Amino acid sequence: MISLSQLAKIFPTKDGDVTAVDHIDLTIDQGEIFGVIGYSGAGKSTLIRMLNMLEAPTSGAVEVAGRNMNSLSGRKLREARQEIGMIFQHFNLLWSRTVAENIAFPLEIKGVSKAEQKERVDELIELVGLSGRGGSYPSQLSGGQKQRVGIARALANNPKVLLCDEATSALDPKTTDSILDLLVDINQKLGLTIVLITHEMHVIRKICHRVAVMEGGRVVEQGDVLDIFRRPQQAMTKEFVKQVTEPEETEEALRHLFDDERTGSVLQLTFVGGDAQRPLITNIVRKFEVDVSILQGKISQTQHGSYGSLFISVTGPQAEEAIAFMREQQVEVEVIHGG
Amino acid sequence: MDKLMTASVFFSEVNWENMWDATLETIYMTVFSLVLTFLFGIILGLLLFLTARGQLWENKTAHFIIGAYVNIFRSIPFIILIVLLIPFTLALLGTFLGPGAAVPALVIGAAPFYARMVEIALREIDRGVIEASKAMGASNGQIIWKVLLPESMPALVSGITVTAIALVSYTAMAGVIGAGGLGDLAFRDGFQRNNPDITLTATVVILIIVFILQFIGDQLTSRLDKR
Ligand SMILES: Nc1ncnc2c1ncn2[C@@H]1O[C@H](COP(=O)(O)OP(=O)(O)O)[C@@H](O)[C@H]1O
Ligand SMILES: [Mg+2]
Repeated sequence: MISLSQLAKIFPTKDGDVTAVDHIDLTIDQGEIFGVIGYSGAGKSTLIRMLNMLEAPTSGAVEVAGRNMNSLSGRKLREARQEIGMIFQHFNLLWSRTVAENIAFPLEIKGVSKAEQKERVDELIELVGLSGRGGSYPSQLSGGQKQRVGIARALANNPKVLLCDEATSALDPKTTDSILDLLVDINQKLGLTIVLITHEMHVIRKICHRVAVMEGGRVVEQGDVLDIFRRPQQAMTKEFVKQVTEPEETEEALRHLFDDERTGSVLQLTFVGGDAQRPLITNIVRKFEVDVSILQGKISQTQHGSYGSLFISVTGPQAEEAIAFMREQQVEVEVIHGG
Repeated sequence: MDKLMTASVFFSEVNWENMWDATLETIYMTVFSLVLTFLFGIILGLLLFLTARGQLWENKTAHFIIGAYVNIFRSIPFIILIVLLIPFTLALLGTFLGPGAAVPALVIGAAPFYARMVEIALREIDRGVIEASKAMGASNGQIIWKVLLPESMPALVSGITVTAIALVSYTAMAGVIGAGGLGDLAFRDGFQRNNPDITLTATVVILIIVFILQFIGDQLTSRLDKR
């Protein structure tokens, strides 16, 4: 659906050239939710803005829905853009228009008849859960509601692709979740391909099928979300995975335990998919002469199954054997203290 | 009517018929030049905005020329401008006397003044909104008509209110070189013939016109502003 080859963007500035996107190759399939994660300045916005030519690439090719975007200009480019919806961190609604008029805006641009506009707007208002708010102005809406208007507007012309530039970064966690649920819903209902960029691993975990990790204008790692969570390779990726799997206070709480003589071995177990449901702890306690205490645990849901991490301490004469046993199971075991 | 007026103790020197005619002339000059100033000011302001760096019609030369025109004509004191423009007005209308003859000078003086306000109003629009419109496939014309003008409308209206009030005072100056109106009346009948009543009355009428303009402008602005 989308393919980028050797895509690069260099901004000439007074302080010399800034390479925002550094020769990226990427393929995104029809119907998938593809996430791009990276810290601020990694080049994510520049990358996503080249998908609809808001930013002209310095070199390389962009193909979206069978169209070579680089080669388009004028009317052709505008028509291609009508098939690519986009939503933004700060919503970018027209405050002088009501909700319904904002949603009708892309329809007006396309030249859809007034009667059709009205019908389509009503459908979209319903789809994004804003029934009854069509006559409100953006200033009368909450952030989450504004983003819903943004989504409805982006979907008005039945695009094949939806681009989301930090679409939830200005929202609180609860609103973020409801917007993400809406995106998944749209992805499933309409079979829409979604490309989203974010700096929050939570967003990737919750809705993406595949993810690319960006650093310094390059994609340093990419793959299925579950795989990336299970076996992050790059330091950058590990840091992002930690955002979700380890609550911030974990490390502090555990370090406290390390100072205690009686703690024994502290292990981090990582479960993926079906494993997360198996009674591993019960097994080792039955099989070996060990005491297990659970220090902290968390199971997260991704689009492709569950993912969990558990911190336990194991003490007793058979601790070594128990650890060896666990290693044989389909579970990642990392000894982070003792043992 | 005349008898009643001349019978009153105060303002006995005021010829109300002349005052009324002068008021109409002032209103005529103001409204006529205001409409033209609004049009030219918006066109100039739009050009100034659109040709700036990073905007839709980025063009250094055009931006420089329009900017220079705006700055020069905004800086010339109106009373001098109107004298400078006498040959131009003469060529255009065949006369430089009467309220109609003041209009070219009023517009040429006020449009650059308003154009700057238009440019500032347009620059206030969030870049993200323009970008979102581009992403939706809007043409430059659609962006101008459906985004730039509607989104800046409250500022455009409050700017034209300020300009209208400036125009009222310009018309008074134009009066001095023979355009008629309240300024002319106050100067010729009031000052030169030593009738302070006339000057005072003309001032009050001008103030009333200004207050009415301000009131209409404020009402419109607050009604348009949905932020
Ligand atoms: N218009 C521009 N001119 C110059 N440099 C830019 C411009 N846009 C982005 N950059 C630079 O490109 C790099 C990537 O920016 P961006 O794509 O916005 O990153 P992200 O969205 O990941 O935070 C940054 O170093 C930024 O300073
Ligand atoms: Mg960004």
